[in-house]
Amino acid sequence: MSLHQFLLEPITCHAWNRDRTQIALSPNNHEVHIYKKNGSQWVKAHELKEHNGHITVLSLDWHPNNVLLAAGSCDFKCRVFSAYIKEVDEKPASTPWGSKMPFGQLMSEFGGSGTGGWVHGVSFSASGSRLAWVSHDSTVSVADASKSVQVSTLKTEFLPLLSVSFVSENSVVAAGHDCCPMLFNYDDRGCLTFVSKLDIPKQSIQRNMSAMERFRNMDKRATTEDRNTALETLHQNSITQVSIYEVDKQDCRKFCTTGIDGAMTIWDFKTLESSIQGLRIM
Amino acid sequence: MARNTLSSRFRRVDIDEFDENKFVDEQEEAAAAAAEPGPDPSEERAQGVVLKVLTNFKSSEIEQAVQSLDRNGVDLLMKYIYKGFEKPTENSSAVLLQWHEKALAVGGLGSIIRVLTARKTV
Repeated sequence: MSLHQFLLEPITCHAWNRDRTQIALSPNNHEVHIYKKNGSQWVKAHELKEHNGHITVLSLDWHPNNVLLAAGSCDFKCRVFSAYIKEVDEKPASTPWGSKMPFGQLMSEFGGSGTGGWVHGVSFSASGSRLAWVSHDSTVSVADASKSVQVSTLKTEFLPLLSVSFVSENSVVAAGHDCCPMLFNYDDRGCLTFVSKLDIPKQSIQRNMSAMERFRNMDKRATTEDRNTALETLHQNSITQVSIYEVDKQDCRKFCTTGIDGAMTIWDFKTLESSIQGLRIM
Repeated sequence: MARNTLSSRFRRVDIDEFDENKFVDEQEEAAAAAAEPGPDPSEERAQGVVLKVLTNFKSSEIEQAVQSLDRNGVDLLMKYIYKGFEKPTENSSAVLLQWHEKALAVGGLGSIIRVLTARKTV
C-alpha cells in the first residue's frame, strides 16, 4: 500500500473513472482537480472551477464514459460537467446529457432556488443516463437525461441521507443519519418511490461485544449489561458511504457501508430478499 | 434573515382572503390557502390566520385533518407549527404541540429537517 500526498488541504471527496486512469478530487473547496497517472507519478491534468462562489464540493461521481463528472456541492446544487481532455480521452460518443462536451462545459445543473440542502452524495447509473443525488433536506432525487432531463424528487420522512448508489438501472440504495440503508425504486415512468429499509432488526447477524466494550461499559455506566442504549440497526452511528462490493451498478449483488461508528458491513441482496418479505431488486 | 424590501408583491395580496369569517366551514382548505408563501408584511398576517385555524380544530379532528394533507402540505404545516412556536401566546404552544405530534407521525423527521433547511420562510 502506498500513500500519495496530493495536497496539503483536506480532500473532501474523490471519484475514480471507469478505467481507474484518472481520479477527480475536491480539496475542500469549489474546485475539482483531475489527476492522471504518468508512469508512477500523479500529474494534475486539469481543474474545474465552475462551482461559483467558493462553494465546497461534497461528492463526485464519474459517468461510465469516463468524460462526464457529476458533482454535488454545498450551494445545494448538483452539476454535471465535462472533463474531456482532448489529449488524453478519446472523443466520447454523444450521450443523453449532450453531444458537445468541451472541457469544463456545464452540461446540467439541478437544485438551488430556495429549497434543498447540501448535496451529500451523487451517483450515475450504470448506463450513465440517470443521475441520483441525496441532499440534506432529506430528499432523494433522480434526473433522467433520456427523458429530457426530467427530475423526480422524493421527500422522505427520514433523517438526511449521506451517500447514494445505483444498484440496478431502476434501483437506488442510499444511507445516512438513520444508520440504515434504504432502497428506492425509480421506474421507467419517472416515478421515484421508497421501497424498504434494508436493516431489519431481526437479522441474525449479531455483533459480538468485545472484552474492551464490556470494561468500557463498566467504567462509563457502571454496568456490564450490554445494549441498553444501542440502536436497533446494525450500524450504531450514521452511515457515511455506500459502495458496490460485488458486480457493478448494473446488477449489484452485494454492497458495503461504512459509518461514523467505525464499522463496515457488507450487505447481500440474496439474504435481504429472503428475509424481507416482498423485497426484490428490479 | 434577509428581508426583501424591494418587492412590492405584498400590494397584490387580497386581504379579503384572510377574513376569518370565511374559514368556518372549510378549515383545511383555508389552512392551505392562507399558507401561500408571501413577502413579509402578509407573512405575519398569514401566520396569525393559520394559528387561529389550527386552534379552532377539535383535538379529535386533528389527526384526520393531517391525514388529508399530501406530502407538501404536511411540510408546509410543519413550517407553520414551528413558526408558531417562535412566538408563543397563551395557549398556542399546547395546541401546536398536538398538531406537531400528528404531523410528525405522518411526515416523520424528514419534514422537520425540511423546516430547518428551508430558505423560503413562511
